[in-house]
Amino acid sequence: MTTDTADMFPRISTVGYDGLLVSFADAMAEPSNRAALAFRGAVDAASWDGVVETSASLASAYLKFDPDKLPRTAIQDKVRHLLAQQNWLGAPLPAGRRLWRVPTVYGGELAPQLDEAAAAAGLDSMEAVRRLSDTKVRVLTIGFAPGQPYLGPLGSEFNIPRLKELTPMVPEGALVLAISQFVLFSGPTPTGWRHVGQTAFRCFRPDAPQSFALKPGDEMQFLSVSRDELETIRANNSDGSGGATCEEIAG
Amino acid sequence: MSLIVHRIGPACTIQDQGRVGYLDQGLSRSGAADQLALHEGAALLRQSPELAALEMAGMGGEFEATKPLGIALTGAPMQANIDGSPIVWNASHQMEAGQRLVIGAATSGTYGYLHVSGGIASKSFLGSRSAHLTAKIGNTIQTGDTLPVASGSGVTGMKLNPDDRFSGGVLRVIASFQTPLFDQETLDRFVQTEFRRGSRANRMGMQLDSEGEGFAAQGQLNILSEVITPGDIQMTGTGSPFILLPECQTTGGYPRIATVLPCDLPRAAQTSAGGQIKFEFVSLDEATALQTAHKAELARLPMRVEPLVRDPHDIPDLLSYQLIGGMISATD
Repeated sequence: MTTDTADMFPRISTVGYDGLLVSFADAMAEPSNRAALAFRGAVDAASWDGVVETSASLASAYLKFDPDKLPRTAIQDKVRHLLAQQNWLGAPLPAGRRLWRVPTVYGGELAPQLDEAAAAAGLDSMEAVRRLSDTKVRVLTIGFAPGQPYLGPLGSEFNIPRLKELTPMVPEGALVLAISQFVLFSGPTPTGWRHVGQTAFRCFRPDAPQSFALKPGDEMQFLSVSRDELETIRANNSDGSGGATCEEIAG
Repeated sequence: MSLIVHRIGPACTIQDQGRVGYLDQGLSRSGAADQLALHEGAALLRQSPELAALEMAGMGGEFEATKPLGIALTGAPMQANIDGSPIVWNASHQMEAGQRLVIGAATSGTYGYLHVSGGIASKSFLGSRSAHLTAKIGNTIQTGDTLPVASGSGVTGMKLNPDDRFSGGVLRVIASFQTPLFDQETLDRFVQTEFRRGSRANRMGMQLDSEGEGFAAQGQLNILSEVITPGDIQMTGTGSPFILLPECQTTGGYPRIATVLPCDLPRAAQTSAGGQIKFEFVSLDEATALQTAHKAELARLPMRVEPLVRDPHDIPDLLSYQLIGGMISATD
């Protein structure tokens, strides 16, 4: 067996030879994402000898450890003990979060799968753009590629599956949609998510003092702009901000 | 001190043990696809396995030393010579200023490594010199590039005799958190199947081909995106498996049926196209024993290094050597 108990959360499972996954749900929901962020933060704060690295995904915290320094049974005990300390589903979001507003072109040549995504959501394209543009989404996790956020949750009408056939390539700054989430791509990549918007926002800025723009817990809003407006932004985008504004979220 | 690149294969990058600490920003570790080769090169040159080397996928290049320099060659064996004289793979050699090292195509396996005494001293980014091409960190090496080399001890003339890890075979895997998403029939079929390494392979991952239907999980297209580690065997939408390698994504939604043990990853990555691969599940206890033995092997590598005895056929100016010097004086 690789899992403690199949249907109970929080659940501790193995990840390969030297990893543990602490899951708070098997579907994306706001409290379980908050729990994952908070629990990962608590593990980092505890600084257990033998923990190599941690991260938080949509509803889980991941711990990579050195089994020579911290045997599997020992780290599992520590994790169980920490889990019992509080109700993680009620934990607050990390401090220092920010709201990013990012100019976005929806549909057309720059984002050719908007119509298809709208149809899958049972909406006409204009209504889909209105809803997507109005929604503030949270950086649920960063992954798949450097600095690249998974964002959500979107309304349940956007709970549409990934495509079976990969789109061969979408560019950096592409906003793609599936399963009530966005991903904002940090580099050109093939994907099974539908390409609904295009931005000039660079998530990964290796030459800048801060290589990574976003933090888990930040919020983003993708405001609809015209293609001409985006081209103007692109012409003057040496910092990679893509015309985005950024403000601290109080409290 | 440096190596001038006069010719180079299409997929050569600088690699060390990779970058730790950026999974939370979506940056996977990268690092050499064959970590064992890094340890072998370090043992041959009597230096740290943390130093960077040149990883050469399939094909090497032509390199000129600007100053006297120790080198070592490990990983997938490739044809190699210095100024036309063939040199032994899995060995360390001395290069003089102006000499040219030519490394050709791999005769088996995928990734060959060129190590230099002192290590390649390219610019470090977030604590590592490893290129991560999918993350746009670093580049493939190009003709005309200069590889900076740190100063090192320059111990050369040593060799190793590693076991063959270049033709596939049985890879030991452990169940991971998504293994239960596959039903028993699919898992049974997975371990019974003879796979061949497909043509789609790079440092992100390598595709495996097989006869018959794919290996789908339940609810495959709606699984929550979750953490990925190198060695994971991921099923794409069509149910065809990929073994994920050092430049893999950090999270993803395609389910992973199992994870290749770290000690078997060099053999996985080195399998050349068409090479046969099978999988065998081991328990976590067995995995621990295998990993412990592997670490002990790595620690013993420096003791396994032995002097390289030159084959007289490989010495081009044999007649200029004083082969009988001393014999006459001995009777005088």
